[in-house]
Amino acid sequence: MDSTLTQKAEQSTESGRQEATRRTETSPASDPRSPVMLFSADEPLAMDSGARLGPFQIAYQTAGTLNAQRSNAVLICHALTGDQHFAHRHPVTGKPGWWETLVGPGKPVDTDRYFVVCSNVIGSCMGSTGPASLNPETGRPYGLDFPLVTIRDMVRAQAMLLDKLGIPDLFLCIGGSMGGMQVLQWASLFPERVFSAMPIATGARHSAQNIAFHEVGRQAIMADPAWEEGRYLEAGTRPAKGLGVARMGAHITYLSEPALHRKFGRRLQNRAAPTFSFNADFQIESYLRHQGLSFVERFDANAYLYLTRAMDYFDLAEDHGGVLANAFRGSKTRFCVMSFTSDWLFPTADSRAIVHALNAVAAPVAFVEVESDKGHDAFLLDEPAMFSAARGFIDAAARARGL
Amino acid sequence: MTDSFTDAASGAPWEAAEALPRGEGTARIDHIVVLGLVPPGARVLDIGCGDGSLLALLRDRRGVDGRGIELSREGVNACLARGLPVIQGDADTDLANYPDDAFDVVVLSQTIQATRNPRIVLEHLLRIGRQVIISFPNFGHWRVRAELAFRGRMPVTEIMPETWYETPNIHHCTIRDFVGLCRIVGARIEKATALDARGRPMRFSMPWWFWNLIGAQGVFLLRRGGRG
Repeated sequence: MDSTLTQKAEQSTESGRQEATRRTETSPASDPRSPVMLFSADEPLAMDSGARLGPFQIAYQTAGTLNAQRSNAVLICHALTGDQHFAHRHPVTGKPGWWETLVGPGKPVDTDRYFVVCSNVIGSCMGSTGPASLNPETGRPYGLDFPLVTIRDMVRAQAMLLDKLGIPDLFLCIGGSMGGMQVLQWASLFPERVFSAMPIATGARHSAQNIAFHEVGRQAIMADPAWEEGRYLEAGTRPAKGLGVARMGAHITYLSEPALHRKFGRRLQNRAAPTFSFNADFQIESYLRHQGLSFVERFDANAYLYLTRAMDYFDLAEDHGGVLANAFRGSKTRFCVMSFTSDWLFPTADSRAIVHALNAVAAPVAFVEVESDKGHDAFLLDEPAMFSAARGFIDAAARARGL
Repeated sequence: MTDSFTDAASGAPWEAAEALPRGEGTARIDHIVVLGLVPPGARVLDIGCGDGSLLALLRDRRGVDGRGIELSREGVNACLARGLPVIQGDADTDLANYPDDAFDVVVLSQTIQATRNPRIVLEHLLRIGRQVIISFPNFGHWRVRAELAFRGRMPVTEIMPETWYETPNIHHCTIRDFVGLCRIVGARIEKATALDARGRPMRFSMPWWFWNLIGAQGVFLLRRGGRG
């Protein structure tokens, strides 16, 4: 190669590195505005892919106080694009915590009674190590050099965090969607560390339809030239178009036809008649575009690739000889499984499959199907029927644990 | 099959009924009888468990490990609040998913007449539980017969309070009919009790035809195996 060209390439690599460093230093990936637990190179995370990730870090948030017996800890597992700010103002969007409907003083997950922990999952971009983090070996962001992450990897990392926080076991492990997958994985991998578990709007495996939706999202990101084969942080670009489209598509799957109809119908956006163009004539178009735009402000495109993949790979039965019940054999954990009538991403049948497996091994399991037309996202919204069921289950579990 | 209805029944339900303070078990009239039939510490599945009052009674009085299935969301929520592991579900569709011998006792109170396929439900009960306690309103009760015979109308009684067009009960049977189904599915009747209209066990030793006329409800303790 021509030496000047090489020099140029090196310069551009160098400037890209500086750009990437500058951008990662000012992004939530390295400054999550929450506590961060550091794990050194000699305490790596052993991942399902065979990789050993280290050093790494986990960003987390807590609320409430751990009691003297260390028996009142609750772990909240967040969903695909969630984060650790469950009851704290979001550092990027400024919005209130994403689960303040369910968690807080006097709420079903009562922070006056319980010590609540939520950590950003490994592979995400809100302060825990993920593809947007700097690879200590190269000084550049990992990008696609980051090892593939599984739900079990996320759970192992959370267990390492709890070890460092001095929490021997969980009074309650709770989460929806991808968070529910983690709850199931927790109960299967560390049954003795989970007193009660609430997997909500989730499944023991990702369905073919759900994998299909995720693949469309990933292809949208990777088709964006600004994605730069995953090296956009160094290139100083951002695959905002691709990530936005991915989010728009995914967002539809989180809602339901009745909810869309009620909220938007066929109403036009700030106009009396169609414009005979491809502008966002309809309110639903405008809404989806807004969802896409606001999402790219707070989320890393590569992290989206990794986390969707982690969900796709999740199949708890497959990990146990094809029999889901084997994942819970001997479990003493109290389960409360919950689904929503209008959730077509994780329909009630998925929850029933979990319940049947738990029944088969005589695990104590309750199951509630909440009537809601709000689709998959109902678990994040104001659903009084969900709150009353959750309160009943959690209060009874607390009595059984002597809390 | 014995000729007298109470020959097959022991005194246990009666004793239990007398041991309980008044007011307990007022929610459902056959709970106290069921309590007398369940051994302490048993694993119990209550199908159609409503607000969980029977399961709570069994847990508190007999120390049973109780599970429930309930169709209504309100019922499931009430059970959750009592700390009972109850599944929102349906006897017609969900029993197939339980393994053989999963429970010591399976209870089906006042529900079999509301199932779509009572025979299959009963077969599942006998498969899932080592013992089955089943209660149902007796359509052979004299008041039912009188309604039909003299007024020519479908009966509306204390334990069958809905009109024909509102009732969930689609498969009514008499005590005699039920004994016949037990024969068909090979269920052994270990104990049988008839309750009067107020839910009190009837103590007299009488032949079947009498109970089929006088009993407002039948309560049976079954086990799979031998016929009759």
